[in-house]
Amino acid sequence: MDQIKELVHELVQKHGHNRENLLPVLQGVIEHEMYLSEQSMVEIARELDIPAAEVYGTATFYSFLQTKPMGKYIIRLCKTISCSMKGKNQVLLALQDMLNIKIGQTTPDGKFTLLQTNCLGWCHEAPAMVINHEVYTNLSPERVREILNEYIKLENG
Amino acid sequence: MLSTIKRSRQELINELISSELKGRGGAGFPTGLKWKLTSEAKSEKKYVICNADEGEPGTFKDREILTKVPFKVLTAMAVCGYIIGSDEGIIYLRGEYQYLSKNLNSAIQEFEYYCKKINLNFSIRLFLGSGAYICGEETALFESLEGKRGEPRNKPPYPTTAGFMGKPTVINNVETLAHTYTIFKYGAKKFYDLGVQYSRGSKLFSVSGDTPKPGIYELELGMSLQDFVDEFGDGDTKAVQVGGASGFLVPRKKFGETAIGFQGKLVGISLPTGGSMMLFNSTRSMYNVLDNYLEFFKEESCGQCTPCRVGCQQLYLGIKAVKRGDRPATYLDKLLKLSETMQYTAKCGLGQSVANSFISIVENFREEMIY
Repeated sequence: MDQIKELVHELVQKHGHNRENLLPVLQGVIEHEMYLSEQSMVEIARELDIPAAEVYGTATFYSFLQTKPMGKYIIRLCKTISCSMKGKNQVLLALQDMLNIKIGQTTPDGKFTLLQTNCLGWCHEAPAMVINHEVYTNLSPERVREILNEYIKLENG
Repeated sequence: MLSTIKRSRQELINELISSELKGRGGAGFPTGLKWKLTSEAKSEKKYVICNADEGEPGTFKDREILTKVPFKVLTAMAVCGYIIGSDEGIIYLRGEYQYLSKNLNSAIQEFEYYCKKINLNFSIRLFLGSGAYICGEETALFESLEGKRGEPRNKPPYPTTAGFMGKPTVINNVETLAHTYTIFKYGAKKFYDLGVQYSRGSKLFSVSGDTPKPGIYELELGMSLQDFVDEFGDGDTKAVQVGGASGFLVPRKKFGETAIGFQGKLVGISLPTGGSMMLFNSTRSMYNVLDNYLEFFKEESCGQCTPCRVGCQQLYLGIKAVKRGDRPATYLDKLLKLSETMQYTAKCGLGQSVANSFISIVENFREEMIY
């Protein structure tokens, strides 16, 4: 509990107490916690001296600021037209099959969350996805299995 | 840069105006005029903002510029600061490009060191977005920078008088800034000599879809779509989407009569684009393409104004209902009217431009929407 308080305090010290520092602070919490808990938003509101509803309202506007618990690795597969034309659905099936979850779900061990997202800007190397901030392009079911296996290996030490 | 900022502000503005450079984000506002208006605005504090919230489907050229030649953009921002009287620049980078921030930050550091050396008081900072297409709209971007929901403001006032924090602000697309660098370095005439009337200079194009050579290309404005397809098509190009989801779809039979550039009085059909060029061959269903765009708009509409919030939803549901047979084909005409209403009544460019792709796809490929 106090951990979040400390994190928010640190972030506000680093970025500043003004309203225009809200986004960097929210992003900082996501970086550590993967999502914004109610407690973290209330804490941010207190530190920046703005209503908690304002923090919540701002956070929920942005698709990368999740307010529900997420896995350690958030997979965002691009679903916009260029990727969709180049076999995005097959890649999605491979991901779902391998992780045994559907879009919007997190694996029971809390490691992977599978999401779809709008244009990532890699249309010329479609299909594309990001895992946290790491970009992967020219995906195929085979390639996506290799990539995920790397992550799974990493996790299992 | 040193030789540029030794010239007078007026001279630089005149050079930029004579180049006839227009904004490369897609809207095409004359850049020289924007800088002139902001330089004339009276305020102690002004801002230079680089719009790197490249979110239009099919666009990826700004990422390339920031990866390969960040110094062109940083220099352009500082020169703009010198001209308009600003000491602070901000790059608003979309969250999807966060992986670029490490390199960009070190480029900024190096650049600021150089600025100090030549006694130019200008600082630049990087601000990351968080996955919202609408924040590419300039006033929504200001809101986002101010720590709020990215909801577009009413215009006027325009950014030239009241932008970020209510101060006069120049906000330019990444590519536009890079072009100003080239113009000041090599002269307006070299730039002006490229392109055609109303659409001067070259532009970066992001080419994707059914093409044997997807990628980023610099081409002269004013080229005919037929020439473009001859160069980039796969021999079976059925249609090209010019300008991303918010742009226009051009069917094969209109390739010859369509040029790529800004609309002027004498140039016939000319389509502006932020650089997104998506090619579709005859294996593609244009229904699927439209459905994909509408899903995009439905999700990315900020929800602030009713025409856009409800309109995007109803268009999305409407074409599905027609396809399923739950609605008669004539329902498409109602939807066309709805999209026109959005064009007139939506608050910002997002809601207003949904009609572009909707009308151009439904009118040219009506049978594909129904069967």
